[in-house]
Amino acid sequence: MIEFLLNEQPVELDDVAPTLSVLDWLRTKTGLTGTKEGCASGDCGACTVVVGQKENGKVHYKHLNACLMLVGSLHGKHLVTVEGLTAAANAKLEELHPVQRAMVECHGSQCGFCTPGFIMSMFSLYMNEPAFPGKDKVIHALGGNLCRCTGYKPIIEACERMYSYPRTTAPFMQAADKFFNCTLCSNPGLSDGDRVFYLPQSLRELVELKSSYSQAKLVAGGTDLSLEFTQQLKLAEEVISLVDVQELKTITEDEHGLKIGAMATYEQFMPALLKHYPEASELFNRLGSSQIRNAGTLGGSLANASPIGDPAPLLLALDAVVEVICERGSRVIPINEFFLGYRRTQLHEDEVISAVFIPARQADQKLACYKISKRMEDDISSVLLVLSFQLVENRMVNVKSGFGGMAATPVAAESMAQVMEGKDFSEHNIQQAAAALTADFKPMSDVRASQHYRLQVCQNLMQRFWLEQSSGIATRVSHAAL
Amino acid sequence: MRHFEIKLNPAAKNVVGQPVKHESAIAQVQGKAPYVDDAVLPQGALHAYPVLSPVAKGKLLSIDASALDAISGYVCMLTAADIVGKKDIGPVHPGDVLLAENEISYHAQPVAVVVAESYEQARIAARAVVVEVEETAAQVDVKTGLKNQDWVRPPYSFERGDIDTGFAAAPHRLQGELSVGGQEHFYLEGQIAMAMPAEEGGIFVKCSTQHPSEVQHLIAEVLGLPMNAVTIEMRRMGGAFGGKETQAAPWAILAAMACRKTGRAVKLRLARAEDFKLTGKRHPFFNRYEVGFDDQGRILAADIEVNGNCGYSPDLSDSIVDRAMFHSDNCYFYENVRVTGQRVKVDTVSHTAFRGFGGPQGMITAEAIMDDVARYLGKDPLDVRKANLYQPGRDLTPYHQKVEQFVVGPMIDQLCAEAEYHKRRQAIIEFNKTSPVVKKGLAVTPVKFGISFTAQHLNQAGALVHVYYDGSIHLNHGGTEMGQGLNTKVRQIVAQVFGVNIDRVGVSATRTDKVPNTSATAASSGADLNGMAALNAATTIKDRLIDFIAEEYAVAKDSIHFENDEVVYAGGSLGFAELAKKAYFARIGLSSTGFYSTPKIYFDRNEGKGRPFFYFSHGVALTEVEVDTLTGENCVTAVDVLHDVGKSLNPALDIGQIEGAFVQGMGWLTTEQLHWRDNGELMSVGPATYKIPAIGDTPKHFDVKLYDSENPEYSVFRSKAVGEPPFMLANSVWCALRDAVASISDYRYSPPMSPPALPETILNAVNATRVWLNEKAKADQAMETTDAE
Ligand SMILES: Cc1cc2nc3c(=O)[nH]c(=O)nc-3n(C[C@H](O)[C@H](O)[C@H](O)COP(=O)(O)OP(=O)(O)OC[C@H]3O[C@@H](n4cnc5c(N)ncnc54)[C@H](O)[C@@H]3O)c2cc1C
Ligand code: FES
Ligand code: FES
Repeated sequence: MIEFLLNEQPVELDDVAPTLSVLDWLRTKTGLTGTKEGCASGDCGACTVVVGQKENGKVHYKHLNACLMLVGSLHGKHLVTVEGLTAAANAKLEELHPVQRAMVECHGSQCGFCTPGFIMSMFSLYMNEPAFPGKDKVIHALGGNLCRCTGYKPIIEACERMYSYPRTTAPFMQAADKFFNCTLCSNPGLSDGDRVFYLPQSLRELVELKSSYSQAKLVAGGTDLSLEFTQQLKLAEEVISLVDVQELKTITEDEHGLKIGAMATYEQFMPALLKHYPEASELFNRLGSSQIRNAGTLGGSLANASPIGDPAPLLLALDAVVEVICERGSRVIPINEFFLGYRRTQLHEDEVISAVFIPARQADQKLACYKISKRMEDDISSVLLVLSFQLVENRMVNVKSGFGGMAATPVAAESMAQVMEGKDFSEHNIQQAAAALTADFKPMSDVRASQHYRLQVCQNLMQRFWLEQSSGIATRVSHAAL
Repeated sequence: MRHFEIKLNPAAKNVVGQPVKHESAIAQVQGKAPYVDDAVLPQGALHAYPVLSPVAKGKLLSIDASALDAISGYVCMLTAADIVGKKDIGPVHPGDVLLAENEISYHAQPVAVVVAESYEQARIAARAVVVEVEETAAQVDVKTGLKNQDWVRPPYSFERGDIDTGFAAAPHRLQGELSVGGQEHFYLEGQIAMAMPAEEGGIFVKCSTQHPSEVQHLIAEVLGLPMNAVTIEMRRMGGAFGGKETQAAPWAILAAMACRKTGRAVKLRLARAEDFKLTGKRHPFFNRYEVGFDDQGRILAADIEVNGNCGYSPDLSDSIVDRAMFHSDNCYFYENVRVTGQRVKVDTVSHTAFRGFGGPQGMITAEAIMDDVARYLGKDPLDVRKANLYQPGRDLTPYHQKVEQFVVGPMIDQLCAEAEYHKRRQAIIEFNKTSPVVKKGLAVTPVKFGISFTAQHLNQAGALVHVYYDGSIHLNHGGTEMGQGLNTKVRQIVAQVFGVNIDRVGVSATRTDKVPNTSATAASSGADLNGMAALNAATTIKDRLIDFIAEEYAVAKDSIHFENDEVVYAGGSLGFAELAKKAYFARIGLSSTGFYSTPKIYFDRNEGKGRPFFYFSHGVALTEVEVDTLTGENCVTAVDVLHDVGKSLNPALDIGQIEGAFVQGMGWLTTEQLHWRDNGELMSVGPATYKIPAIGDTPKHFDVKLYDSENPEYSVFRSKAVGEPPFMLANSVWCALRDAVASISDYRYSPPMSPPALPETILNAVNATRVWLNEKAKADQAMETTDAE
């Protein structure tokens, strides 16, 4: 059984398919059809819901894609849908929640199909930001919601207007208080005949389960795994969720470095990581959308082993180490040995990634992280470049790199590193380094970019890096997402 | 035929012209505005899903359903053999097949439909069917199709003047070509229909369609039923943009077939990936042009060829390529001109209507020409554009319709003054000199878009208005609501006629049994046609009420006014509700239909002459961009728009249409790329790989103003259509991006930059410009050496 709160209503569920998404559950089992399906792949935001969760004793609300979230992950949480914001049945304009009212008054809905999703992203913003946080933050929060009708301008305006009314608390607050203060069943899970959703409550339990059911699918944020269900229509028999394994969520740091639990979401670990490596800000701030960053994890990204996953190139350039655990024990794998081939890793069937360790920043370390994609927001990289070295008496030493989109796995550019190692940091040597990239890569042409573009852009990015380091020349366009 | 010219009384509280909010807004923001998929399923409802061809071309050998019995929930499968009536559902010309029977014409073409208890089961079952095809090579290249003269419909051309004379007299001559990308509609609500058994063997279908009458007609034909046995209901669409004009029908028909076979309600909803694969898109085009011009850049001769990539069948391609031809002049007078349109067949899904209906693909060619000419002559593109504008005496379009309203010139001047074009142009030239990586670009482009369906018979509409005896008003019309605010506008019109508060007027779902034989809500005509029909219906009732009051109170008819929710007559007044009740007891008919057909239009296609358009809508956009010449990354930083909607029926909705259309047009020209493999398989099949603009792409400065004018024609309250025209304002984005790249050549080279201008396309344009510069430097050097010798 799992227990959660749906708007103001406590819900207990038992017999649910382990692969059922929150979106499908809402739309087919509860009659709450306000939450829409626009893509079932996490890209459009029409299904956005807000989920409240207790973290370190405090309840946090964030917006997520209901199409990617599995019902089992709702245990102990508060699911808020668009129907939950206004109490009155036939509400007049003035009785609407400020978010909704602003949207109406700014003419932010045309066909209205994207609207509930936008309302929920805006509601999340409203809950987390007590005052209008500025246009850039609005854009950042709403980057995962697509609208084909309005051109977004009225929606951006509504995000400002919603703060102009007296601040309101949502009608569900009392119910939420009550829910988060009661004790829930200690052995949660779901089953549908033979198909089971496991919710281990500790690392030990997780590891045991994974060794008993090595075929079982692990799910962390579900932002990648769920596509197997919604797009490929796979029917997993067993799903083991990591969401309740507190040990995997910890983020710790000491003088040696930073350790990020495999189950920490982007949203959760970004501040700690970016504090040391602010150059990686663009990489993470442009990773997916707000909804994706609220759910996706580092463990999920690495296990997924996509050649276009954005974190891996950074981890390669920073010499990170992947920590892995199973019932047989634990081990550490240097990141440059972790990926074996296209979507293949060192992980054994019974192993779980427990954490990623990132060494402390070196003295005089230079770092560059560039992401190139067709669209600035919520787009998969056609090319991702990360370059790191120490600048010692104007010489580049300990040169490391990581590239995405250039090969079947995230990889380092070895020839380039060789050309650079020990050389002076000069325009000429950076040009030589860029030229060496042709020896490192034979990228593919695909739906995102051609082989030629990928290579040229990598080389040009080296030039960008040089210009940024050596001149005041503007190298970036003034897009809101940058 | 009656046409109503109503002059608004500026002293009264008018409903028309107010920024009334969208009729469903309050429901939409609460998730309470139901779409087809939100309806509670009838008991025993089933789900249908199409079975797809695994290849793009070949002979269909077998459809093996043997795996289906093992799939839980599976009910039945239907193929072309199960079709009782017509198998071809081509909207104008035959060629569009419902289910492939012998030939496979495109990748993922439906060959059967499976029915199951749940949506998931239906999808799984559809994939379990084994479709065997003897594959032959697919041909998806438009240029090859062009060379082979492989047409879905015959070529067509029209001309004015004599281009040979024009070219002979021209001191300069340029040639060019432009591949224009297609576009996926990406309506947020995918294709969906639900069919239910109705009385007497009839069928009732809820469908997300812009064209309920066509869905009704086709279901009747395919099922072998009379049209009166089929009813279609459509309350609202979650976006359509032309993608639900003909493309909504197949799914409704398949659901209806399954419903007929099982006797149970059947829903068919395409998942996003199938929606991408199975429905037509905006036509990609491959256009060529040759122009002769004078030192001012005035076009003396233009020979323009627009080649639509139509996919496998005619669908609406005849009219779409026609419209591309009709708009290849945009606002520019070509002294001598020939326009040729060809309809190329390739082995992909059949391309279809999309906001602008070919107009954008024609118009962008005119803009490319203006820029090429300007760079060739070393002039500011704005000056070349202005030199070519239609003006009195230079006012005949290539299809011999006279341009009668010359507002584009004044609109350009107003916009350029307000948004400081010349100052900014100078500033950008200076900026680019000192910024080696980031380049700025600027462009002004105008729009002149012809309003009317070019198929004359479609320019008609009907409406139905009831006044109940409590004074509430029920409105129904043949148009469909897809977010554009049509219902809101028509409500305003009816409220205006009766002088009542808009809340008195309720709109109900579009239904084929309420208003028959409707045209698609398309061609931007929704409010023009249906608004007029509703105005007509309301006025009929109002006239009866006037007669009644005149008699009842013995007052002169012209003393009677409907204003501020009451009727005022010489010596007294009456609340509207009271009037309704009195009229009811006096046995006055309080219900009426209304009808409208557009006057004045005709076109002789053989002669290539006529007046296909009732009037033109206009707009001007000024766009500034930034381009990163190392990566091709770019952004639109500032947009100013001045747009002509005549007398706006609702400025809030109109501005919403303009902003939305602009951003959609920007997506078409920048990030949205359809990628077909050589074997005919579409690779960009969802929002993960097909990128429409996101919120951060909205221009930082985005100022839209309505041009103060009124429609010179008797349109509804002198308003103008707004749905499509502003889409083409986004041409300024493409021109500005090209301007930014051209700055590298000191504006003397027009780089090839076929839209969509993806970062990659732009980087290639930068590369090409650098190559040109190198060659020029070499040539200059060679010249110098020769000179020295
Ligand atoms: C719309 C959208 C946009 C995206 N954009 C980007 C982007 O811009 N850049 C980018 O890099 N990625 C992007 N992604 C990919 C993805 O979201 C991220 O890689 C994310 O980090 C995956 O984490 P998760 O927790 O959701 O993984 P899940 O989906 O839960 O799991 C992914 C895989 O990893 C396995 N797994 C999860 N945790 C562990 C563990 N601890 N040990 C072993 N195996 C495990 C699962 O079994 C599964 O096979 C995007 C995804 C979507 C849907
Ligand atoms: S339905 Fe599109 S993001 Fe979930
Ligand atoms: S209002 Fe239609 S998609 Fe946003």
